[in-house]
Amino acid sequence: MHSTWKSLKPYVLVTPQTLVLLMFLVFPILMIGVVSFWQFNGYSMVPAFSFENYKGIFTSEVSVRTYLNTFKYVFLVWCFCLAIAFPVAYFLAFHIKNDRLQIILFLICTVPFWTSNIIRMISWIPVLGKEGLINQFLLATGLVQQPVEWLLYSDFAIVLGMVHLYNFFMIAPIFNSLMRIDRNLITAALDMGASGFQVLKEVILPLAAPGIAIGSIFVVTLVMGEYITVRLMGGGQAASVGKLISTQIGSLQYPLAAANAVILLLVTLVLVMAILRVVDIRKEL
Amino acid sequence: MTQWTRRHLLRTGLAAGAALTATQCARNPAPVGTPNNPAPGPEVNTNQIKDVTLRFIGTGVSQINEIRNKAQEDLGIKLDMRALSTEENNQIAITQPNQYDVFDGEYFSLPLVVPSGNLQAIDVSKIRDFDKIVPIFTQNKFDGAPVEQAQGTFPYKVMYLPDQESKEFATEATNWATLIPFQYNADTLGYRPDLVGRTIESWAELFDAEFQGKTSILDIPSIGIMDAAMVVEAAKLMTFGDKGNMTREEIDKITDILKEQKQNGQFRAFWKTFDESVNLMSSGEVILQSMWSPAVTAVKAKGIECVYAPLKEGYRAWGGGIGLSKNLSGIELDAAYEYINWMLDGWVGAFLGRQGYYSAVPENAKKFMSAPEWDFWYEGKPASEDMVDPFGKTLEKQGAVRDGGSFAERMGNVVVWNSTMDEQVYLVQKWNEFIAS
Repeated sequence: MHSTWKSLKPYVLVTPQTLVLLMFLVFPILMIGVVSFWQFNGYSMVPAFSFENYKGIFTSEVSVRTYLNTFKYVFLVWCFCLAIAFPVAYFLAFHIKNDRLQIILFLICTVPFWTSNIIRMISWIPVLGKEGLINQFLLATGLVQQPVEWLLYSDFAIVLGMVHLYNFFMIAPIFNSLMRIDRNLITAALDMGASGFQVLKEVILPLAAPGIAIGSIFVVTLVMGEYITVRLMGGGQAASVGKLISTQIGSLQYPLAAANAVILLLVTLVLVMAILRVVDIRKEL
Repeated sequence: MTQWTRRHLLRTGLAAGAALTATQCARNPAPVGTPNNPAPGPEVNTNQIKDVTLRFIGTGVSQINEIRNKAQEDLGIKLDMRALSTEENNQIAITQPNQYDVFDGEYFSLPLVVPSGNLQAIDVSKIRDFDKIVPIFTQNKFDGAPVEQAQGTFPYKVMYLPDQESKEFATEATNWATLIPFQYNADTLGYRPDLVGRTIESWAELFDAEFQGKTSILDIPSIGIMDAAMVVEAAKLMTFGDKGNMTREEIDKITDILKEQKQNGQFRAFWKTFDESVNLMSSGEVILQSMWSPAVTAVKAKGIECVYAPLKEGYRAWGGGIGLSKNLSGIELDAAYEYINWMLDGWVGAFLGRQGYYSAVPENAKKFMSAPEWDFWYEGKPASEDMVDPFGKTLEKQGAVRDGGSFAERMGNVVVWNSTMDEQVYLVQKWNEFIAS
């Protein structure tokens, strides 16, 4: 009796969580998968088993271009986030000795999250716009004669908006792994005659890899599904997969949107698995 | 000084409450002739509907707190309003019939919503002022003005059902209506005269090289395509058999033209919501664009000049009305009919009229508007005093004239309505390609 309970206990404990995951994660995704094979007749969905939606996506030049465009954003945003986040996290972890100041500075990194996403996006207009701060400065100093237009409603603006938005998701995990590095390792390396750059390359970077990997997963998955920043900062003129899906949902074309969502999910999973291939997060945590 | 104990406080509060109640009651004396007797007949009805809550869905244009409060005060029912985007509104109307009792939507949505069977036919004989509704809606007549020949999903086309249970539209007037209209307008291009520097008189100007990178068009397929069609036709780039019901070839051709314009950098941005268009215009990012009338007034209210251009090719119109959910029955249904009758009675029409929308029954709205307001908004006469919107903002100074003139001049010159076409699915697909290209 006692032994049966012992063998059953882990299953009993794991049941609630499993049910929640099944109901709120697995089931909806399965439904999306099912609906992606349905058909659409202008105002409602018709259950069917048709590959039309997928065929439409893979044969349409526009959707292929849209996916490439999304990858472009992912790559650019990831590069800039990493380039900004690593020095910031490094500075916080190694150069701020005062614990309290460290926490305060870390919290300052969260400032972008204090207002809603949409308000933050709209606030860029008076900064980047034709009559915005930057253009007024450039015109006043005589650096340009005509207002610079590519500052707003352009790929530049989209990448800027997303870097601003998602940088913290990179900073936090990198900061976390840098804080876990045993300071004796650095002392030892220095004692053995390593230069500052060698310490960074041989000791800190490898130990920060899990943090970078986790941050990359956050950034990549968030940017892959992004649509509101793309719409507002791109002035509705730029395309991303997320925006394509939201437009399709807006026009009630759920099956087509579901097919796109399935492909997006698969592509994102492949990217995440690729990241996990490079860095074994579990081993190094 | 006396100490305020809890008992003390309670007693004073109760006394004050009682006094208030007494004066309130005294202010509303019982009807003459029925001193101790609650009135029979209709009064019973209104007493019953007091507990009813009607759940509305609609666009931000009319889901306004002031209207809700006034309706609750006048009718004694409770209204629960949800302001949505045009797209969300259609989505919920079609896919979530249990989330609403009253659908406040546009006529062009009906070819999508009615086949879902989520709306019930409205019994015209129960609508008190139905005969006074502007005949554009009820008969497709307007003193022989061009609007009678307008293309697209014109209201009359989707106004009636052949019988109570039908999901298809009737070809002529019957006793069963789909929506009861209460607001509509003639839309056109808006521009910043200070930045454009001349008068805009044709839709074709949207593609003028002079405004490269300074124009915008709205990104809602059923509406944007009609603006685009007006522009393309005016610029003599192509012609249509019927703009309101394009063939696949026509859709291909017009999206190709739009893509080419986009590639050339003609557009600064696309907008989806009212506020976006206001931001684009007031920040000077865009100086000429498709616009809705309250967006123009919102720009003006910021003290920025903005003209809602009367164009020689005519206007693109839209119409909004109230439809009833299939779920409504019994007292709730009575309450909904009460609301419709109240809505047509004039207060709502006057309220919306002060923002530039037209009322379904102008003669009723007139009763609630001042003479200068009526002359300005409906007659196209110069304002004899400052025009103030319902929220207290001054929209027009004394002496100003409404862009486009009188009601008859503006609505009479409508040439297209927002449209849902037979090739709707294809249109949406091609439109998405244009936006994504």
